[in-house]
Amino acid sequence: MLKVKDVHVYYGAIHALKGVSFSIEKGELVTLLGANGAGKTTTLKTLSGLLRPRSGRIELEGASLNDADPHVIVQRGVGHAPEGRKIFPRFTVLENLYIGGYTRAKISLGPEIERVFELFPRLKERQKQVAGTLSGGEQQMLAIGRALMVRPKLLLLDEPSMGLAPKIVEQILETIASINKSGVTVLLVEQNAAMALAISHRGYVLETGQVILEGKASELAGNDLVRQAYLGG
Amino acid sequence: MELALDILPQVLVDGIVLGFMYALIALGYTMVYGVLEFINFAHSEIFVLGAFVGVEILLLLESAGHLATLHTAFVLLIVILSGMLLSGLAAVALERVAYRPLQRSPRLVALISAIGASFFLQDALRFFESLWRNTFYLTYPTLDVLDKTVPLGLNVVVPVKSLLVIVTALVALAVLHLFVNRTRLGAAIRAVAQDPDTASLMGIPVNRVIALTFFVGGAMGGLAGVLFGLHYSLVNPYSGFFPGLKAFTAAVLGGIGNIPGAMLGGMVLGMLEAFAASYLSILTDGAFGAEYKDVFAFVVLILILILRPKGLLGEKVREEGA
Repeated sequence: MLKVKDVHVYYGAIHALKGVSFSIEKGELVTLLGANGAGKTTTLKTLSGLLRPRSGRIELEGASLNDADPHVIVQRGVGHAPEGRKIFPRFTVLENLYIGGYTRAKISLGPEIERVFELFPRLKERQKQVAGTLSGGEQQMLAIGRALMVRPKLLLLDEPSMGLAPKIVEQILETIASINKSGVTVLLVEQNAAMALAISHRGYVLETGQVILEGKASELAGNDLVRQAYLGG
Repeated sequence: MELALDILPQVLVDGIVLGFMYALIALGYTMVYGVLEFINFAHSEIFVLGAFVGVEILLLLESAGHLATLHTAFVLLIVILSGMLLSGLAAVALERVAYRPLQRSPRLVALISAIGASFFLQDALRFFESLWRNTFYLTYPTLDVLDKTVPLGLNVVVPVKSLLVIVTALVALAVLHLFVNRTRLGAAIRAVAQDPDTASLMGIPVNRVIALTFFVGGAMGGLAGVLFGLHYSLVNPYSGFFPGLKAFTAAVLGGIGNIPGAMLGGMVLGMLEAFAASYLSILTDGAFGAEYKDVFAFVVLILILILRPKGLLGEKVREEGA
């Protein structure tokens, strides 16, 4: 469903992605692994149009995303829970969810909100609360729930485990697995390689802006390089 | 002190009128700051443009002989709506031409562009009016109803034109409040003000929302311009400078980027100015006259900002990350 071919991205003079290629099939859960600065977030930002590739090709279901604006990419069915959660801190939980469904008519958002509340019952309890006062885990749940409001075909998740306690990370990754099972294709960016690979079908390893390794999740988890670099042994 | 109390109602009315005027203009500064984090210094000219649209329509109606025959309420409605529409559109064009190409540049560059646009618009108006009417000092035609007064209890009378300013501004501020806080587009403006990149990830067309913000802010400025003209009668292309500067100050006073703050800041500044104009000479036994009203008002403002550097209701700055 998503094909990324030889994509180069620059931040000013910095060559951040040096010919990244990968693909995701419909229904898959794919993990992008890599150290800080490897280009994981840059890849996601390029997919959602916040950054423009200088060359290469990005295709979603056969149509190019290269020159599309971010809001158009959302309309094409890509949801993005960005790095650092980026919830709207002055909005309530409910307002955050409604703004997540901005591209859709407000009347049809009721069932969607119920679905998000089923996935994350904590959000239902706190729906009237101002989002800036939520705990880190709750903010992450809100960021994912908000990205689900467009009913994405492809969900981009940027480091959902960042800064969270292991127990909450486990809970969130389980929910991500169940979102994937309900039919949403997921591209997950993680530093927490062991937990990410445990729920993924396949994975790619990025290093200094290039894919250096790819394979089934189970293979990657057993790969010496991955074990040394990302699994602590 | 008896004299001082006698003029109190008049001072209050003056202060409220001035306060609403500043509040309406301040909204344009503060809303644009909210989404772009820069000061649109050409906003004072958007305000003046509204005043000119108003005077031109009234003069045209007058020369066509319609001013006496049409119902005044109808005339006012046309003048106000046209002023708002044209000022709003001018603000959108300004954003498109002078600011959007600089969106990725440092804020200082856009600021300089704003100052340039301000001079350009002043002289464009002057040029147009000089060709069209041979003068760029225009006077609003008299609308008889506006110069009447309404008795308001005991021995207090309020001019109809002051009531017009107060009522119109109240309606506009209420509608704006509902628009920003209760509608989907209003929510989009608030989302862009908090975090434009993330707003775009929600499917919000950020550039269109920015244009909308300029339109709404510009329309409020245009409304203030028409009301200014109807109330004070005289306009020229440079009339925007002081009201603009004061409204900008009001926006900072209330907390820049903060919409209720702009309304409050405008009101506080208007009141300070009206009180200073009437009471300075009474209270200082003539040592300081009304001409010191701005000095007094700004001294108070500086004191408030020393105590509350982020303004009365707090600056609304973009949050980075969680």
